[in-house]
Amino acid sequence: MQKFFHDAVEFVPILLQGVWLTIVVTVGSLLLSTVLGLVWALMRVSGIGILVGLSAALINVIRGIPIIVLLFYIYFVMPDFGIALSALQAAVIGLGIAYSAYQAENFRAGIEAIDKGQIEAAQTIGMGWWLTMRRVVLPQAVRIILPPYGNIMIMMLKDSSQASTITVAELALQGKLIASSTFKNTSVFTLVALMYLTMSIPLILLVRHFENKANRK
Amino acid sequence: MIELRDVHKSFGKVEVLKGITASVAKSEVVCIIGPSGSGKSTILRCINGLESYDRGEISVEGARVDSNDRSIVAIRTRVSMVFQRFNLFPHRTALENVIEGPLYVKKEPREQAIARGRALLAQVGLADKAEVHPPKLSGGQQQRVAIARALAMQPKAILFDEPTSALDPELVGEVLSVMRKLADDGMTMVVVTHEMGFARDVADRVLFIDGGVIVEQGAAKSVLNQPQHPRTQDFLRRVLHPL
Ligand SMILES: Nc1ncnc2c1ncn2[C@@H]1O[C@H](COP(=O)(O)OP(=O)(O)O)[C@@H](O)[C@H]1O
Ligand SMILES: [Mg+2]
Repeated sequence: MQKFFHDAVEFVPILLQGVWLTIVVTVGSLLLSTVLGLVWALMRVSGIGILVGLSAALINVIRGIPIIVLLFYIYFVMPDFGIALSALQAAVIGLGIAYSAYQAENFRAGIEAIDKGQIEAAQTIGMGWWLTMRRVVLPQAVRIILPPYGNIMIMMLKDSSQASTITVAELALQGKLIASSTFKNTSVFTLVALMYLTMSIPLILLVRHFENKANRK
Repeated sequence: MIELRDVHKSFGKVEVLKGITASVAKSEVVCIIGPSGSGKSTILRCINGLESYDRGEISVEGARVDSNDRSIVAIRTRVSMVFQRFNLFPHRTALENVIEGPLYVKKEPREQAIARGRALLAQVGLADKAEVHPPKLSGGQQQRVAIARALAMQPKAILFDEPTSALDPELVGEVLSVMRKLADDGMTMVVVTHEMGFARDVADRVLFIDGGVIVEQGAAKSVLNQPQHPRTQDFLRRVLHPL
Protein backbone atom coordinates (compact mmCIF):
# COMPACT_ATOMS: atom_id res chain seq x y z
CA MET A 1 0.00 0.00 0.00
CA GLN A 2 2.74 2.37 0.92
CA LYS A 3 4.45 1.51 -2.31
CA PHE A 4 1.26 2.37 -4.16
CA PHE A 5 1.09 5.82 -2.59
CA HIS A 6 4.70 6.37 -3.35
CA ASP A 7 4.06 5.45 -7.01
CA ALA A 8 0.97 7.60 -7.04
CA VAL A 9 2.86 10.68 -6.00
CA GLU A 10 5.31 10.00 -8.77
CA PHE A 11 2.88 9.15 -11.60
CA VAL A 12 -0.20 11.25 -10.95
CA PRO A 13 1.27 14.48 -12.39
CA ILE A 14 2.12 12.70 -15.64
CA LEU A 15 -1.21 10.92 -15.76
CA LEU A 16 -3.00 14.24 -15.24
CA GLN A 17 -1.66 15.37 -18.61
CA GLY A 18 -3.45 12.35 -20.00
CA VAL A 19 -6.58 13.28 -18.08
CA TRP A 20 -6.48 16.70 -19.67
CA LEU A 21 -6.34 15.21 -23.17
CA THR A 22 -9.11 12.75 -22.27
CA ILE A 23 -11.29 15.69 -21.26
CA VAL A 24 -10.44 17.62 -24.41
CA VAL A 25 -11.25 14.64 -26.64
CA THR A 26 -14.47 13.85 -24.74
CA VAL A 27 -15.81 17.41 -24.64
CA GLY A 28 -14.79 18.12 -28.22
CA SER A 29 -16.39 15.01 -29.64
CA LEU A 30 -19.43 15.49 -27.41
CA LEU A 31 -20.03 18.94 -28.89
CA LEU A 32 -19.46 17.75 -32.44
CA SER A 33 -21.64 14.65 -32.04
CA THR A 34 -24.42 16.74 -30.50
CA VAL A 35 -24.48 19.22 -33.36
CA LEU A 36 -24.23 16.52 -36.04
CA GLY A 37 -26.73 14.29 -34.25
CA LEU A 38 -29.22 17.15 -34.06
CA VAL A 39 -28.77 17.83 -37.77
CA TRP A 40 -29.30 14.15 -38.67
CA ALA A 41 -32.34 13.94 -36.38
CA LEU A 42 -33.94 17.09 -37.79
CA MET A 43 -33.35 15.81 -41.32
CA ARG A 44 -34.94 12.53 -40.27
CA VAL A 45 -38.13 14.18 -38.98
CA SER A 46 -38.27 16.87 -41.68
CA GLY A 47 -40.75 14.90 -43.76
CA ILE A 48 -38.69 15.74 -46.87
CA GLY A 49 -38.04 12.43 -48.62
CA ILE A 50 -34.48 13.04 -49.77
CA LEU A 51 -33.34 14.40 -46.39
CA VAL A 52 -35.02 11.53 -44.55
CA GLY A 53 -33.32 8.96 -46.78
CA LEU A 54 -29.94 10.68 -46.61
CA SER A 55 -29.99 10.85 -42.83
CA ALA A 56 -31.14 7.24 -42.46
CA ALA A 57 -28.35 6.08 -44.77
CA LEU A 58 -25.71 8.18 -43.00
CA ILE A 59 -26.73 6.90 -39.59
CA ASN A 60 -26.56 3.29 -40.73
CA VAL A 61 -23.18 3.71 -42.38
CA ILE A 62 -21.75 5.38 -39.30
CA ARG A 63 -23.22 2.75 -37.00
CA GLY A 64 -21.86 -0.04 -39.13
CA ILE A 65 -18.21 1.05 -38.89
CA PRO A 66 -16.17 0.41 -35.74
CA ILE A 67 -14.92 3.57 -34.08
CA ILE A 68 -11.32 2.44 -34.35
CA VAL A 69 -11.63 1.99 -38.12
CA LEU A 70 -13.22 5.42 -38.44
CA LEU A 71 -10.29 6.88 -36.50
CA PHE A 72 -7.74 5.09 -38.70
CA TYR A 73 -9.57 6.30 -41.76
CA ILE A 74 -9.58 9.92 -40.70
CA TYR A 75 -6.02 9.93 -39.39
CA PHE A 76 -4.24 7.71 -41.90
CA VAL A 77 -6.33 7.86 -45.09
CA MET A 78 -7.53 11.44 -45.24
CA PRO A 79 -3.97 12.79 -45.73
CA ASP A 80 -4.00 10.95 -49.08
CA PHE A 81 -6.86 13.24 -50.05
CA GLY A 82 -4.94 16.28 -48.92
CA ILE A 83 -6.65 16.55 -45.53
CA ALA A 84 -3.94 16.23 -42.90
CA LEU A 85 -5.18 16.51 -39.35
CA SER A 86 -3.36 16.40 -36.05
CA ALA A 87 -4.01 13.26 -34.02
CA LEU A 88 -6.12 15.25 -31.57
CA GLN A 89 -8.24 16.79 -34.34
CA ALA A 90 -8.71 13.41 -35.97
CA ALA A 91 -9.77 11.88 -32.66
CA VAL A 92 -12.35 14.57 -31.95
CA ILE A 93 -13.76 14.39 -35.48
CA GLY A 94 -13.77 10.58 -35.57
CA LEU A 95 -15.44 10.12 -32.21
CA GLY A 96 -17.80 13.00 -32.95
CA ILE A 97 -18.95 11.41 -36.18
CA ALA A 98 -19.17 7.94 -34.65
CA TYR A 99 -21.31 9.12 -31.79
CA SER A 100 -23.48 11.42 -33.92
CA ALA A 101 -25.41 8.31 -34.99
CA TYR A 102 -26.37 7.48 -31.40
CA GLN A 103 -27.11 11.10 -30.63
CA ALA A 104 -29.35 11.29 -33.69
CA GLU A 105 -31.36 8.22 -32.71
CA ASN A 106 -31.80 9.59 -29.21
CA PHE A 107 -32.86 13.03 -30.44
CA ARG A 108 -35.25 11.49 -32.94
CA ALA A 109 -36.89 9.30 -30.30
CA GLY A 110 -37.35 12.36 -28.08
CA ILE A 111 -38.80 14.46 -30.88
CA GLU A 112 -41.18 11.74 -32.01
CA ALA A 113 -42.41 11.21 -28.47
CA ILE A 114 -44.00 14.66 -28.49
CA ASP A 115 -47.77 14.58 -28.95
CA LYS A 116 -48.89 15.41 -32.50
CA GLY A 117 -51.45 17.77 -30.97
CA GLN A 118 -48.59 20.02 -29.85
CA ILE A 119 -47.37 20.37 -33.40
CA GLU A 120 -50.87 21.03 -34.70
CA ALA A 121 -51.45 23.66 -32.04
CA ALA A 122 -48.22 25.36 -33.10
CA GLN A 123 -49.26 25.22 -36.74
CA THR A 124 -52.66 26.71 -36.05
CA ILE A 125 -51.07 29.79 -34.52
CA GLY A 126 -49.08 30.17 -37.72
CA MET A 127 -45.75 28.67 -36.70
CA GLY A 128 -43.60 27.22 -39.44
CA TRP A 129 -41.56 24.02 -39.16
CA TRP A 130 -38.46 25.52 -37.59
CA LEU A 131 -40.31 27.75 -35.14
CA THR A 132 -42.42 24.76 -34.10
CA MET A 133 -39.26 22.76 -33.47
CA ARG A 134 -37.50 25.51 -31.58
CA ARG A 135 -40.36 26.79 -29.44
CA VAL A 136 -42.59 23.77 -28.97
CA VAL A 137 -41.02 20.39 -29.78
CA LEU A 138 -37.38 20.62 -28.73
CA PRO A 139 -37.98 22.25 -25.32
CA GLN A 140 -40.34 19.39 -24.45
CA ALA A 141 -38.16 16.72 -26.04
CA VAL A 142 -35.15 17.76 -23.91
CA ARG A 143 -36.71 16.15 -20.85
CA ILE A 144 -36.89 12.82 -22.67
CA ILE A 145 -33.54 13.19 -24.38
CA LEU A 146 -31.40 14.11 -21.36
CA PRO A 147 -31.14 10.78 -19.47
CA PRO A 148 -29.90 8.81 -22.51
CA TYR A 149 -27.75 11.80 -23.40
CA GLY A 150 -26.02 11.49 -20.04
CA ASN A 151 -25.38 7.82 -20.71
CA ILE A 152 -23.88 8.69 -24.06
CA MET A 153 -21.56 11.13 -22.29
CA ILE A 154 -20.31 8.33 -20.03
CA MET A 155 -19.73 6.01 -22.98
CA MET A 156 -17.88 8.79 -24.80
CA LEU A 157 -15.63 9.42 -21.83
CA LYS A 158 -14.63 5.77 -21.87
CA ASP A 159 -14.42 5.52 -25.65
CA SER A 160 -12.14 8.54 -25.76
CA SER A 161 -9.45 5.97 -24.85
CA GLN A 162 -9.72 4.74 -28.44
CA ALA A 163 -7.93 7.93 -29.44
CA SER A 164 -4.82 6.23 -28.09
CA THR A 165 -4.82 4.07 -31.23
CA ILE A 166 -3.94 7.12 -33.29
CA THR A 167 -1.26 8.33 -30.86
CA VAL A 168 -3.27 10.78 -28.78
CA ALA A 169 -1.57 10.52 -25.40
CA GLU A 170 -4.78 10.59 -23.40
CA LEU A 171 -5.12 8.88 -20.06
CA ALA A 172 -5.07 5.25 -21.22
CA LEU A 173 -2.08 5.71 -23.52
CA GLN A 174 -0.24 7.81 -20.97
CA GLY A 175 -0.74 4.96 -18.49
CA LYS A 176 0.47 2.38 -20.93
CA LEU A 177 3.60 4.42 -21.67
CA ILE A 178 4.46 4.80 -18.00
CA ALA A 179 3.74 1.15 -17.28
CA SER A 180 5.90 -0.13 -20.08
CA SER A 181 8.84 2.04 -19.05
CA THR A 182 8.58 1.39 -15.27
CA PHE A 183 7.00 -2.10 -15.18
CA LYS A 184 4.78 -0.91 -12.35
CA ASN A 185 1.65 -2.22 -14.03
CA THR A 186 -0.46 -2.64 -10.91
CA SER A 187 0.07 0.86 -9.57
CA VAL A 188 -0.23 2.56 -12.92
CA PHE A 189 -3.35 0.85 -14.21
CA THR A 190 -5.06 1.08 -10.81
CA LEU A 191 -4.44 4.82 -10.93
CA VAL A 192 -5.73 5.00 -14.50
CA ALA A 193 -8.90 3.10 -13.59
CA LEU A 194 -9.45 5.30 -10.53
CA MET A 195 -9.08 8.42 -12.64
CA TYR A 196 -11.65 7.25 -15.18
CA LEU A 197 -13.97 6.37 -12.32
CA THR A 198 -13.48 9.80 -10.77
CA MET A 199 -14.55 11.41 -14.03
CA SER A 200 -17.47 9.01 -14.57
CA ILE A 201 -19.08 9.32 -11.16
CA PRO A 202 -20.21 12.95 -11.55
CA LEU A 203 -21.70 11.98 -14.92
CA ILE A 204 -23.48 8.99 -13.41
CA LEU A 205 -24.95 11.26 -10.72
CA LEU A 206 -25.96 13.73 -13.44
CA VAL A 207 -27.85 10.98 -15.30
CA ARG A 208 -29.68 10.07 -12.11
CA HIS A 209 -30.61 13.71 -11.65
CA PHE A 210 -31.94 13.87 -15.24
CA GLU A 211 -33.92 10.68 -14.72
CA ASN A 212 -35.53 11.97 -11.54
CA LYS A 213 -36.40 15.20 -13.28
CA ALA A 214 -37.89 13.42 -16.28
CA ASN A 215 -39.96 11.13 -14.09
CA ARG A 216 -41.33 13.90 -11.96
CA LYS A 217 -43.18 15.50 -14.87
CA MET B 1 -65.84 34.41 -45.51
CA ILE B 2 -65.20 30.64 -45.47
CA GLU B 3 -66.28 28.78 -48.59
CA LEU B 4 -66.18 25.06 -49.27
CA ARG B 5 -67.08 23.88 -52.73
CA ASP B 6 -67.46 20.17 -53.46
CA VAL B 7 -64.62 19.18 -51.13
CA HIS B 8 -63.49 15.56 -51.31
CA LYS B 9 -60.98 13.94 -49.03
CA SER B 10 -59.77 10.37 -48.71
CA PHE B 11 -57.54 8.65 -46.20
CA GLY B 12 -56.02 5.88 -48.25
CA LYS B 13 -58.91 4.15 -49.97
CA VAL B 14 -61.53 5.46 -47.58
CA GLU B 15 -63.33 8.55 -48.81
CA VAL B 16 -64.11 10.54 -45.68
CA LEU B 17 -65.51 13.72 -47.26
CA LYS B 18 -67.70 13.10 -50.28
CA GLY B 19 -68.41 16.51 -51.68
CA ILE B 20 -68.91 19.10 -48.96
CA THR B 21 -70.31 22.43 -50.09
CA ALA B 22 -70.95 25.05 -47.45
CA SER B 23 -70.20 28.62 -46.58
CA VAL B 24 -69.82 30.63 -43.43
CA ALA B 25 -70.55 34.33 -43.49
CA LYS B 26 -68.83 36.95 -41.38
CA SER B 27 -70.06 36.95 -37.77
CA GLU B 28 -72.01 33.80 -38.38
CA VAL B 29 -71.97 30.91 -35.92
CA VAL B 30 -72.29 27.53 -37.63
CA CYS B 31 -72.53 24.32 -35.64
CA ILE B 32 -71.59 21.02 -37.21
CA ILE B 33 -73.28 18.01 -35.69
CA GLY B 34 -73.23 14.36 -36.64
CA PRO B 35 -72.21 10.92 -35.51
CA SER B 36 -68.66 10.01 -34.59
CA GLY B 37 -66.47 9.27 -37.62
CA SER B 38 -68.71 11.19 -40.01
CA GLY B 39 -65.94 13.62 -41.01
CA LYS B 40 -66.63 16.64 -38.82
CA SER B 41 -63.07 17.06 -37.57
CA THR B 42 -61.71 16.48 -41.04
CA ILE B 43 -63.75 19.42 -42.36
CA LEU B 44 -62.28 21.76 -39.76
CA ARG B 45 -58.79 20.40 -40.29
CA CYS B 46 -59.06 20.97 -44.04
CA ILE B 47 -60.21 24.55 -43.52
CA ASN B 48 -56.99 25.55 -41.78
CA GLY B 49 -54.73 23.24 -43.69
CA LEU B 50 -53.92 20.63 -41.06
CA GLU B 51 -55.09 18.18 -43.71
CA SER B 52 -54.95 18.55 -47.46
CA TYR B 53 -58.02 17.81 -49.54
CA ASP B 54 -58.15 15.94 -52.83
CA ARG B 55 -60.80 17.72 -54.86
CA GLY B 56 -62.95 20.83 -54.74
CA GLU B 57 -61.95 24.14 -53.24
CA ILE B 58 -61.79 25.78 -49.86
CA SER B 59 -61.21 29.49 -49.56
CA VAL B 60 -60.92 31.90 -46.67
CA GLU B 61 -61.68 35.52 -47.47
CA GLY B 62 -61.14 34.66 -51.11
CA ALA B 63 -57.72 33.08 -50.54
CA ARG B 64 -57.48 29.46 -51.60
CA VAL B 65 -56.48 27.07 -48.80
CA ASP B 66 -53.51 24.96 -49.84
CA SER B 67 -51.84 23.13 -46.96
CA ASN B 68 -48.62 22.72 -48.96
CA ASP B 69 -48.22 26.37 -49.87
CA ARG B 70 -46.54 29.04 -47.79
CA SER B 71 -49.76 31.06 -47.92
CA ILE B 72 -51.22 28.63 -45.39
CA VAL B 73 -49.38 30.48 -42.61
CA ALA B 74 -51.26 33.69 -43.34
CA ILE B 75 -54.55 31.79 -43.48
CA ARG B 76 -53.87 30.13 -40.15
CA THR B 77 -53.27 33.46 -38.47
CA ARG B 78 -56.71 34.50 -39.72
CA VAL B 79 -58.52 31.26 -38.80
CA SER B 80 -57.59 29.92 -35.38
CA MET B 81 -58.48 26.52 -34.02
CA VAL B 82 -59.46 25.18 -30.62
CA PHE B 83 -59.00 21.47 -30.04
CA GLN B 84 -60.92 18.89 -28.07
CA ARG B 85 -57.81 18.06 -26.04
CA PHE B 86 -56.75 21.73 -25.62
CA ASN B 87 -53.18 21.10 -26.87
CA LEU B 88 -51.73 23.81 -24.68
CA PHE B 89 -47.94 23.96 -24.46
CA PRO B 90 -47.31 22.31 -21.07
CA HIS B 91 -43.84 23.82 -20.65
CA ARG B 92 -45.15 27.38 -20.80
CA THR B 93 -47.40 29.30 -18.42
CA ALA B 94 -50.96 30.26 -19.36
CA LEU B 95 -49.79 33.75 -20.32
CA GLU B 96 -46.82 32.41 -22.31
CA ASN B 97 -49.19 30.12 -24.20
CA VAL B 98 -51.33 33.11 -25.11
CA ILE B 99 -48.49 35.42 -26.21
CA GLU B 100 -46.49 32.75 -28.06
CA GLY B 101 -48.14 33.47 -31.42
CA PRO B 102 -48.18 37.27 -31.16
CA LEU B 103 -44.55 37.29 -30.04
CA TYR B 104 -42.96 34.76 -32.39
CA VAL B 105 -45.29 34.68 -35.39
CA LYS B 106 -46.60 38.22 -35.50
CA LYS B 107 -43.42 39.70 -33.95
CA GLU B 108 -45.37 42.05 -31.71
CA PRO B 109 -43.40 44.06 -29.16
CA ARG B 110 -43.19 42.12 -25.90
CA GLU B 111 -44.87 44.73 -23.69
CA GLN B 112 -47.81 45.00 -26.03
CA ALA B 113 -48.21 41.21 -26.36
CA ILE B 114 -48.13 40.77 -22.60
CA ALA B 115 -50.67 43.52 -21.99
CA ARG B 116 -53.03 42.06 -24.55
CA GLY B 117 -52.40 38.52 -23.30
CA ARG B 118 -53.37 39.52 -19.77
CA ALA B 119 -56.48 41.26 -21.05
CA LEU B 120 -57.46 38.11 -22.97
CA LEU B 121 -56.94 35.90 -19.93
CA ALA B 122 -59.15 38.31 -17.97
CA GLN B 123 -61.74 38.09 -20.73
CA VAL B 124 -61.95 34.31 -20.29
CA GLY B 125 -62.01 34.68 -16.49
CA LEU B 126 -58.45 33.57 -15.80
CA ALA B 127 -56.66 36.80 -14.88
CA ASP B 128 -55.30 35.15 -11.74
CA LYS B 129 -53.92 32.10 -13.57
CA ALA B 130 -51.49 33.91 -15.89
CA GLU B 131 -48.36 32.44 -14.31
CA VAL B 132 -49.71 28.90 -13.88
CA HIS B 133 -48.61 26.01 -16.11
CA PRO B 134 -51.45 24.19 -17.93
CA PRO B 135 -51.05 20.81 -16.19
CA LYS B 136 -51.98 22.55 -12.94
CA LEU B 137 -55.25 23.91 -14.40
CA SER B 138 -58.61 22.15 -14.65
CA GLY B 139 -59.82 21.03 -18.07
CA GLY B 140 -62.26 23.92 -18.26
CA GLN B 141 -59.53 26.41 -17.39
CA GLN B 142 -57.17 24.86 -19.93
CA GLN B 143 -59.75 25.13 -22.66
CA ARG B 144 -60.37 28.77 -21.78
CA VAL B 145 -56.62 29.44 -22.03
CA ALA B 146 -56.70 27.71 -25.42
CA ILE B 147 -59.50 30.05 -26.51
CA ALA B 148 -57.48 33.03 -25.30
CA ARG B 149 -54.48 31.70 -27.26
CA ALA B 150 -56.64 31.49 -30.38
CA LEU B 151 -57.98 35.01 -29.83
CA ALA B 152 -54.48 36.39 -29.35
CA MET B 153 -53.86 35.91 -33.06
CA GLN B 154 -56.76 38.34 -33.66
CA PRO B 155 -58.38 35.85 -36.02
CA LYS B 156 -61.27 36.58 -38.32
CA ALA B 157 -62.79 33.21 -37.44
CA ILE B 158 -62.29 30.43 -34.92
CA LEU B 159 -62.83 26.71 -35.52
CA PHE B 160 -63.82 24.67 -32.46
CA ASP B 161 -63.48 20.88 -32.62
CA GLU B 162 -65.65 19.44 -29.84
CA PRO B 163 -64.26 21.97 -27.34
CA THR B 164 -66.17 20.52 -24.38
CA SER B 165 -66.09 16.80 -25.14
CA ALA B 166 -63.03 16.12 -22.98
CA LEU B 167 -64.39 18.03 -20.00
CA ASP B 168 -66.03 16.84 -16.83
CA PRO B 169 -69.72 17.76 -17.06
CA GLU B 170 -69.53 20.46 -14.41
CA LEU B 171 -66.83 22.29 -16.37
CA VAL B 172 -68.66 22.42 -19.70
CA GLY B 173 -70.68 25.50 -18.80
CA GLU B 174 -67.71 27.80 -18.16
CA VAL B 175 -66.31 27.07 -21.63
CA LEU B 176 -69.65 27.38 -23.40
CA SER B 177 -70.34 30.72 -21.73
CA VAL B 178 -67.00 32.08 -22.98
CA MET B 179 -67.92 30.90 -26.47
CA ARG B 180 -71.35 32.41 -26.20
CA LYS B 181 -69.80 35.77 -25.32
CA LEU B 182 -67.54 35.52 -28.35
CA ALA B 183 -70.55 34.84 -30.56
CA ASP B 184 -72.35 37.83 -29.07
CA ASP B 185 -69.31 39.98 -29.86
CA GLY B 186 -69.64 39.00 -33.51
CA MET B 187 -66.87 36.42 -33.87
CA THR B 188 -67.24 34.12 -36.85
CA MET B 189 -67.31 30.59 -35.46
CA VAL B 190 -67.53 27.05 -36.76
CA VAL B 191 -68.24 24.69 -33.88
CA VAL B 192 -68.28 20.91 -33.99
CA THR B 193 -70.28 19.97 -30.93
CA HIS B 194 -72.61 17.53 -29.27
CA GLU B 195 -74.00 20.30 -27.04
CA MET B 196 -77.42 20.66 -28.62
CA GLY B 197 -78.48 23.34 -26.16
CA PHE B 198 -75.56 25.50 -27.24
CA ALA B 199 -76.30 24.84 -30.92
CA ARG B 200 -79.95 25.78 -30.48
CA ASP B 201 -79.28 28.98 -28.52
CA VAL B 202 -76.12 30.30 -30.14
CA ALA B 203 -75.81 28.92 -33.66
CA ASP B 204 -77.24 30.75 -36.63
CA ARG B 205 -77.05 27.62 -38.72
CA VAL B 206 -76.58 23.92 -38.15
CA LEU B 207 -75.06 21.39 -40.55
CA PHE B 208 -75.81 17.74 -39.97
CA ILE B 209 -73.05 15.53 -41.41
CA ASP B 210 -73.26 11.80 -41.83
CA GLY B 211 -70.97 9.56 -43.84
CA GLY B 212 -68.99 12.45 -45.29
CA VAL B 213 -71.93 14.35 -46.75
CA ILE B 214 -74.10 17.18 -45.47
CA VAL B 215 -77.40 15.42 -44.94
CA GLU B 216 -79.30 18.44 -43.75
CA GLN B 217 -78.63 22.08 -43.03
CA GLY B 218 -80.56 25.16 -42.15
CA ALA B 219 -81.42 27.59 -39.40
CA ALA B 220 -80.43 26.11 -36.05
CA LYS B 221 -83.91 26.05 -34.62
CA SER B 222 -85.49 24.41 -37.62
CA VAL B 223 -82.86 21.67 -38.03
CA LEU B 224 -82.84 20.89 -34.32
CA ASN B 225 -86.56 21.23 -33.64
CA GLN B 226 -88.04 19.99 -36.91
CA PRO B 227 -85.43 17.82 -38.61
CA GLN B 228 -86.61 16.78 -42.07
CA HIS B 229 -84.29 13.91 -42.87
CA PRO B 230 -84.81 10.55 -41.11
CA ARG B 231 -81.09 10.26 -40.35
CA THR B 232 -81.11 13.65 -38.65
CA GLN B 233 -84.20 12.69 -36.71
CA ASP B 234 -82.61 9.43 -35.65
CA PHE B 235 -79.32 11.12 -34.64
CA LEU B 236 -81.04 13.82 -32.60
CA ARG B 237 -83.23 11.28 -30.86
CA ARG B 238 -80.16 9.31 -29.83
CA VAL B 239 -78.27 12.40 -28.65
CA LEU B 240 -81.15 13.94 -26.75
CA HIS B 241 -82.55 10.71 -25.29
CA PRO B 242 -79.56 8.36 -24.96
CA LEU B 243 -81.59 5.81 -22.96
N1 LIG C 1 -55.26 10.71 -40.17
C1 LIG C 1 -56.21 9.79 -40.51
N2 LIG C 1 -55.85 8.67 -41.13
C2 LIG C 1 -56.77 7.75 -41.49
N3 LIG C 1 -58.08 7.87 -41.25
C3 LIG C 1 -58.49 8.97 -40.61
C4 LIG C 1 -57.58 10.00 -40.19
N4 LIG C 1 -58.27 10.96 -39.59
C5 LIG C 1 -59.57 10.57 -39.61
N5 LIG C 1 -59.70 9.40 -40.22
C6 LIG C 1 -60.95 8.68 -40.47
O1 LIG C 1 -61.82 9.55 -41.13
C7 LIG C 1 -63.13 9.42 -40.65
C8 LIG C 1 -63.66 10.76 -40.21
O2 LIG C 1 -62.92 11.18 -39.13
P1 LIG C 1 -63.24 12.53 -38.34
O3 LIG C 1 -63.28 13.64 -39.30
O4 LIG C 1 -62.28 12.61 -37.23
O5 LIG C 1 -64.71 12.23 -37.79
P2 LIG C 1 -65.51 12.98 -36.66
O6 LIG C 1 -64.76 14.17 -36.24
O7 LIG C 1 -66.82 13.32 -37.29
O8 LIG C 1 -65.68 12.00 -35.56
C9 LIG C 1 -63.11 8.38 -39.56
O9 LIG C 1 -63.54 7.16 -40.10
C10 LIG C 1 -61.67 8.32 -39.18
O10 LIG C 1 -61.33 7.01 -38.77
MG1 LIG D 1 -63.88 14.59 -34.38
